[in-house]
Amino acid sequence: MNVLNEWAYIGVFFILSPFLPALPIMAALVFSPRKPNAIKQATYECGVETVGDTWVQFKVQYYIYGLIFLIFDVEMVFLFPWALAYRKLDFFAFLAGLLFIFLLTDALVYAWRKKALEWA
Amino acid sequence: MECVNIFNTLAPCLVESGWNSGLAEFTSILLGVVLVASFPLLVAILLIWVERKVAAQIQDRLGPNRVGPFGLLQPIADALKLLTKEYITPAGADKLLYNISPVMMVVAVLLIWAVIPFTPYHIGADLEIGALYFIAVGSIGTLAVIIAGWSSNNKYALLGAFRVVAQLISYEIPLALSILIPVMLAGSMSMGGIVEAQAGMWYVFMAPVSAFLFFISSQAETGRGPFDLLEAESELVAGFNIEYSGFKFALFFAGEFLHVFTNGVLMAVLFMGGWWGPFAKDAPLLAFIYLMLKASIWYFLMLWVRNSLPRVRIDQLMAFNWKFLVPVAILNVIMVAFLVRLVGEIGLAPSPEDANNFLANIPQTIVLLLGNIVLAFGVMSVFSRDIRRERLAEQARATTVRSQAEEAQPMALPAGH
Repeated sequence: MNVLNEWAYIGVFFILSPFLPALPIMAALVFSPRKPNAIKQATYECGVETVGDTWVQFKVQYYIYGLIFLIFDVEMVFLFPWALAYRKLDFFAFLAGLLFIFLLTDALVYAWRKKALEWA
Repeated sequence: MECVNIFNTLAPCLVESGWNSGLAEFTSILLGVVLVASFPLLVAILLIWVERKVAAQIQDRLGPNRVGPFGLLQPIADALKLLTKEYITPAGADKLLYNISPVMMVVAVLLIWAVIPFTPYHIGADLEIGALYFIAVGSIGTLAVIIAGWSSNNKYALLGAFRVVAQLISYEIPLALSILIPVMLAGSMSMGGIVEAQAGMWYVFMAPVSAFLFFISSQAETGRGPFDLLEAESELVAGFNIEYSGFKFALFFAGEFLHVFTNGVLMAVLFMGGWWGPFAKDAPLLAFIYLMLKASIWYFLMLWVRNSLPRVRIDQLMAFNWKFLVPVAILNVIMVAFLVRLVGEIGLAPSPEDANNFLANIPQTIVLLLGNIVLAFGVMSVFSRDIRRERLAEQARATTVRSQAEEAQPMALPAGH
């Protein structure tokens, strides 16, 4: 298979694969009863009526983890081409990679020292 | 043209029998997709039984044993029951997202199977960036859980979803950093290429630390014990899927069971030589059995871990990732890069023509294995000292707090007491 065909395969996979799990959901619509009422559809909260708004502000710590993840994820993707060609490169490639990983580690150490990793 | 192996030569064979070439290509792609995408779903039915049976054995129970021989038909009975259950959609839910989410959960796992090399000749699409593709589609599962938690309009579900954001994205870092090692050793990002490169030696011997990191972080990615915070039954009732019922609920679990097995397959592909085994090149069916056997070993280990360890707290979970797994993964990358360079410089690496020779691979494997052992012991000693110090400090703090409380006690009481 040539490269284009492989991506065509992935494309068809993306389009087709949602139908496989969606099929039993649709099938169940045929077999299952449908008798909705207000109490049945109430939001579950330990049997009492739900208090206040659900979609509230969230803990800022989650946001900080999200930011740290973003830094790491983006930088990590850049490591893949380096690792891919690593065996074919010379010693300088090792130093260059080391420098890059050092910058990555630097960010982690900074976040650590700033207590961004503490669950407070 | 011999039209025996229909998996790979379907398109040319159809053209030969008078089809339009574009239509033939499309048909072969379509059939390939249906085959690869439905196989894991069929496996999932069996996995539900295996999962319950293994859990039962570990907990000294019998497990399902009534429906069919050894309870083998239990998953089918469960599916039939769930098909007849009413869908209850909470009033405040975001209907579209609420309904998309369970489908997405399964699709995220199915997409990984598109790049799994089943045998030397059968692979959905041997993408040149297979490893990167896996990391990319792996995040779709996270999205599915966030969508489920947010769209349900339920506080428990939303809390579960928040934790997922933190947990799943955090554990993606060591996961991706550990995949870096097979890519580096194989010099290829395609899953097929990584398996081919393990002809001489499995990477689990050359890079056990990264295999270990992948094992732990993939366990966390599936959201299972000891990392099953996203559906912590004791605090969040059921977590993100609390408002789901019927088959939508079932699909979350089908996706989860399938994800665990998929991780087992990935462990086999990345670190255990995939389909490699005696006569694998000549008998594709045998190669497929080898892959499934290797995957089953890892699958069983994952179930064992899940059923043996207690759940961790969220702060412990995050600390374990950011203060242990990520630093170790970074050190591991540096160490392997250095050793690969070292064996290349001093001539221990096998020459390209006998890269597939087992004996020629032994010298570099020994060097890499020693490096891994030194790293593992070094890291463990540093961290155990650190943890010990922390524990002692906590004990000291607890005693001072208690003695202060005892001193304060008489004064705090009312005078006439």
